[in-house]
Amino acid sequence: MANEVVLLDAWVSMFGMRARIALAEKCVKYEYVEEDLRNKSPRLLQANPINKKIPVLIHNGKPICESLIIVQYIDEVWTDKPSLLPSDAYQRAQARFWADFIDKKIYDAGRKIWTTKGEEQEAAKKDLIDNLKVLESELGDKPYFGGESFGFLDVALVTYSSWFEAYETVGNFSIEAECPKLIAWVKRCLERESVAKALPESKKVVDFVMGLKQRMGI
Amino acid sequence: MSSSEVKVLGAWASPFVMRARISLNIKSVDYEFLQENLGSKSELLLKSNPVHKKIPVLIHGDKAISESLVIVQYIDEVWTSSESILPSDPYDRAIARFWAAYLDEKWFPSMSKIARARGEEEKKAAIKLVQEGLVLLEDAYTKCSKGKMFFGGEKIGFLDIALGCFLGWLRVTEKAHKVKLIDEAYSPGLVKWAENFCADAAVKDVMPETDKLYEFSKVLMAKMRAPQKPA
Repeated sequence: MANEVVLLDAWVSMFGMRARIALAEKCVKYEYVEEDLRNKSPRLLQANPINKKIPVLIHNGKPICESLIIVQYIDEVWTDKPSLLPSDAYQRAQARFWADFIDKKIYDAGRKIWTTKGEEQEAAKKDLIDNLKVLESELGDKPYFGGESFGFLDVALVTYSSWFEAYETVGNFSIEAECPKLIAWVKRCLERESVAKALPESKKVVDFVMGLKQRMGI
Repeated sequence: MSSSEVKVLGAWASPFVMRARISLNIKSVDYEFLQENLGSKSELLLKSNPVHKKIPVLIHGDKAISESLVIVQYIDEVWTSSESILPSDPYDRAIARFWAAYLDEKWFPSMSKIARARGEEEKKAAIKLVQEGLVLLEDAYTKCSKGKMFFGGEKIGFLDIALGCFLGWLRVTEKAHKVKLIDEAYSPGLVKWAENFCADAAVKDVMPETDKLYEFSKVLMAKMRAPQKPA
């Protein structure tokens, strides 16, 4: 049976980018479908009726939802390329733990930076930096979170870097000044074709966020 | 392996802790259960989960693993000679993980809202949300079980554990608010599933009795409703 792979996505989504990177790392051919999140397609609503969100990976007609679940699925199905998840069970647990940390802490702090002002925004900036510092210390002196090889946790976090300039522009601060090692790691990841192709230019994300703020009246 | 090599930091009433204990039971792994006291966190907890400072924490030799679903997967991947907890097929695994995430991110928080609701309107809305979730879960059960007893098939698996751990608190909520949540009317499959889950050998000794949990919930409510001390 032909291997039919479709990705329902949105170019600016740091979650969608994760799926793109994973598919590229495994050299999987797929059809990319750009969803208009203000006008969700019937296909998306049918594929993800519970959350109605992108990304959704549709493999031979079967939908898989939630970016980290999609990345693990891709890793488990396309086994002819190097694993994204570590081979050691404890290292795997650590990777999953930190990926969960990222989605619990980084997303909300980032979102608050561009949707709030004044004290609330200042608190969100501090929150973001504090949590990025925790991740930076977890990285340590390793080239990647996965150690010598680029892996699951790198995929989980690097996609947020495309939004850093947007956070910095709105919040008027520098992430590199606070987390230089993390930014060095971002640049290292961007040398990989899978990452460079999946992440939009930061400038485009800045424009997107500014446009969104205007439309939302904030 | 001596039981002191595996420890679970937790509390008898926590559904998240129960996930770890059920998993270890499935794998016939002996462990030491170290209970935290309500309102205070032990040195060991703060040291082994400095990021979130929460239970459960699994301590395996010199390694500490946190986050209940991460722990369950770790247990499944380390003790491989016994029954598998995660499904073997990658797609079934993705589905099980999806519903477990739904439980933790949407469904369980909606259940907590019932207890915190102020006034009848808010409570009714919260109950409705939980019931709607159970309709979705009934459908998931039908699809995943494929006619067998559990989400995992013949034996309890990842999603059974992820949902089943909440049964104690579900029953307490039903008792406290005189409402039926898992109901024959819209979730007949889950009614039977719940009975079988609680009777499972890996579950029955760690599932708290509803009455004991109910009494404990009153202690918790009193603490929650206590007037805040002035700063």
